[in-house]
Amino acid sequence: MSGRETVSTRLGPVEQIPLGEGRAFLVGDEPVAVFRPRSGGLSALRAVCPHRGGPLADGLVDAELVMCPLHNHQFRLRSGECVSGGGVSGVAAYTASDDDGELVVSLVTPDG
Amino acid sequence: MTAAEAADGRARLVVVGNGMSGARALEEILARGGGERFAITVFGDEPYGNYNRILLSEVLANAAAEDTDDDEIFLNPRSWYDENGIALHAGVRVVRIDRHAKVVYGDDGSVTPYDTLILATGSRSFFPPMDGMWAGDTELTPGVFGFRSLEDATGMLRHVKGRHTAVVIGGGLLGLEAAAGLQAHGLAVHVVHPTEVLMNQQLEAEASKVLRSKLEGMGMHMHLGVKTTEILVEGGAVSGVRFTDDSTLACDTVVVTAGIRPNIGLAMVSGLETQRAIVVDDRMRSVDDDDIFVVGECAQHRGEVYGVVGPLWEQAAVLADVVTGANPDAEYHGSRLATKLKVAGVDVAQMGVKTPERESDEFVQFSETGRGVYQTVVIREGTLIGATLVGDVSKVAALTQAFDSRSALPAERVKLLFDLGSAEDAASAADLPDDTQICHCNGVSKGDLVGCVHDGAESVSACMAATRAGKGCGSCKGLVTEVVEAASGGAGVADPADSYYVPAIPLDKPALMAEIRSRGLKSVSAVFEALAPEGRDHVGSKMGLTALLRMMWPDDYVDERDGRFINDRVHANIQRDGTFSVVPRMSGGVTSPDQLRRIADVAEKHEIPMVKLTGGQRIDLLGVPKEKLREVWADLDMPSGWAYGKSFRTVKTCVGTDFCRFGLGDSTQLGIDLEERYKGVEGPAKMKLAVSGCPRNCAESMVKDVGLVAVEGGSWQIYVGGAAGATIRKGDVLATVDSHDEALTLVGRFLQYYRENANWLERTYDFVPRMGLDYLIGVVVDDVEGLAAGLDVRMQEAVDAYADPWAADQTEATPGQFHDSLPLIPLSQVPVRS
Repeated sequence: MSGRETVSTRLGPVEQIPLGEGRAFLVGDEPVAVFRPRSGGLSALRAVCPHRGGPLADGLVDAELVMCPLHNHQFRLRSGECVSGGGVSGVAAYTASDDDGELVVSLVTPDG
Repeated sequence: MTAAEAADGRARLVVVGNGMSGARALEEILARGGGERFAITVFGDEPYGNYNRILLSEVLANAAAEDTDDDEIFLNPRSWYDENGIALHAGVRVVRIDRHAKVVYGDDGSVTPYDTLILATGSRSFFPPMDGMWAGDTELTPGVFGFRSLEDATGMLRHVKGRHTAVVIGGGLLGLEAAAGLQAHGLAVHVVHPTEVLMNQQLEAEASKVLRSKLEGMGMHMHLGVKTTEILVEGGAVSGVRFTDDSTLACDTVVVTAGIRPNIGLAMVSGLETQRAIVVDDRMRSVDDDDIFVVGECAQHRGEVYGVVGPLWEQAAVLADVVTGANPDAEYHGSRLATKLKVAGVDVAQMGVKTPERESDEFVQFSETGRGVYQTVVIREGTLIGATLVGDVSKVAALTQAFDSRSALPAERVKLLFDLGSAEDAASAADLPDDTQICHCNGVSKGDLVGCVHDGAESVSACMAATRAGKGCGSCKGLVTEVVEAASGGAGVADPADSYYVPAIPLDKPALMAEIRSRGLKSVSAVFEALAPEGRDHVGSKMGLTALLRMMWPDDYVDERDGRFINDRVHANIQRDGTFSVVPRMSGGVTSPDQLRRIADVAEKHEIPMVKLTGGQRIDLLGVPKEKLREVWADLDMPSGWAYGKSFRTVKTCVGTDFCRFGLGDSTQLGIDLEERYKGVEGPAKMKLAVSGCPRNCAESMVKDVGLVAVEGGSWQIYVGGAAGATIRKGDVLATVDSHDEALTLVGRFLQYYRENANWLERTYDFVPRMGLDYLIGVVVDDVEGLAAGLDVRMQEAVDAYADPWAADQTEATPGQFHDSLPLIPLSQVPVRS
């Protein structure tokens, strides 16, 4: 990963995100939606739907996807790829982790 | 003939008959410059200018309402003749034509020469021979009438005052019109018709039966398969009629509408070929005389004699073309009959053949006798050759077009009678141009869908998923299916997932409910774990499962907030900019100064960007940020109106009996009672209700999921399955009940049955026709399956379990429940109107 300074931001207890839901945070200037699927783990995407600006943190979530509450576009939690068609582009994916009960987000692509 | 006419050098045109066809022929001739070419003379043996015979029944009926306008019935006033330089001899009967001398003789002794003669002598009532009919050679017994001329109608009008019973002999179109008119004057009306089929000229037996039951429902008495043998006379006036079986019926009025006979006496004595009427060629000329034209009901063309106006218009146009030389080669080739009429208030349309005539003819038949609707179409070699519509003629325009133009018909013939999708369905999906927009919500064209199929999508749902067609309001799904099936060669792969209640679990609703019940699954995650392949959860299935579990386990459902859509997490409706709309409950649409004052205070205090009245008679506060919701609720101090849920929404009402001078039932109170009782009850889709206090239906009850209408006698009609959104559907009458309590119970029972049996997101407008109205009446009203008690109990449990979510969630149910999800940056804000 290059071109962007890696900033890890500590955002407080993981429990502030209810199981199976998402919550929005500001990381630097970037609005980030962090999700806590029931299947385990944490995922982070840019919080704004690329289609019409919907709040992704308000979306329904399963093990793989989040669905935007405005027009039901679906994005992969890991990669941000849009899987619902209609020519909507993907959304930036970030790295989120659980550091001993604390939520840590960095603005880098996961596994990157 | 006058010297002036002979002197000005114009040819002499004489028209005999001044009814509708004579007048129409004249108008067509004048329109082709005939005024300059001809000196025109018109004879009419009725002492009026020409008049619109179609309106005769209105003369009779409207006089009952005392707003007859005599002027309307006349097609052309006397002045019209003067202005057009036409010599009108009204009340003069032409008794003979001397074809060699080319003159006509009038019964006033006049002799009028012609160069061109038009016979438009029309037809007259046929009076079957029977005792008591006639008082003299030409005079009917007082109280007996034909129904053919303006004189007949006005004579009848003078007679009916203070009369009680009328017998109409002949149940054809005119007879039924006369019967309706007499009924409007308060007479008891009996229709006597020699066959079992009313209006047998236009209708076949089944259609006639539907019409008959409608007319009987309006209080008319029908005597079918019966002939009248005698008119009974007492003291020189009608006292009754006798039938073939020797029974008698007392009456003081008899109307004879036993058919018409063309007036051909003049033609016969003048040596023109007549059969049933005066025989004409394709130029509308007598076959014996090129200078004599014939038009209208007295003309027989290729064996046909027409008695309705459509063909008369066509004949008049051809005749005028030939007479004026505007198109000397014009030819009339007969008319395909298409008639649309209102018989005694019942819509009837008929075109072409009544029934299939050949083995290979296709016949589509739809009968809904309860509603008085009967429809058929007859198709030969892909062309519409006949259609009959009784009771519902909404498709008559499209059918007439298909009939007239012999255009291509939809492969699914039933679409000729019903709108199964959007208007584009009329054309075959395969014939649509590629750039036709199929899904108007998401802007998906036919080309997009076809491309999707070529890219390998195998099912309709795959194409919908890839293009998002049909994912907006959903009203285009039928057309999307057609396009995809056409593109994939008709062999569309049926997606078994279409029958699943939610996509992630391969079970339909009854099977899913049985599994959930037997395994005692009370949370969404437990359902996924037990029933989804590999226990996988699924984003598009959560909401439907949440709704199902809340319905099935009203008391002990395990509430996992992540299974809810955002609206249900925060009890408000998300808007395009991520803010929410707040709609407090205002039962029955009734509010108070105190409520309004509070709403105004809240709107000012929280700087609500828009305050708007909703379609459901409530007030919407729009643009509230998520973190302000609880504060707004608290300041309003009003309960939630559930304007965000797949739930019982609102009951729209009119002012009912409290203030309205027409109200028959207390619709306002019933609306309030319904809303207070069923508020917030969740279901497979939203439920919108209305209650109207009289059949004027100001609350639009017929287009609601459940709508009630007060009718005379303290009763309520309950309509179900109506809609007026992306789909328009008039509700069906589930039941008529006599009290508020019964109405409350039946509405609850219907809603519970809907909650338990409708598919996810299936609105009542799809559910009711899918289940069938008769079946629903059986289950919900007549309790033929013994389900009613259980449905009532379970609905009561749902009612008892209700808690106002705005009060309940004043403390957070989950961490950050009301935290904003689009933090700190301005995004696509909705512009605010000032």
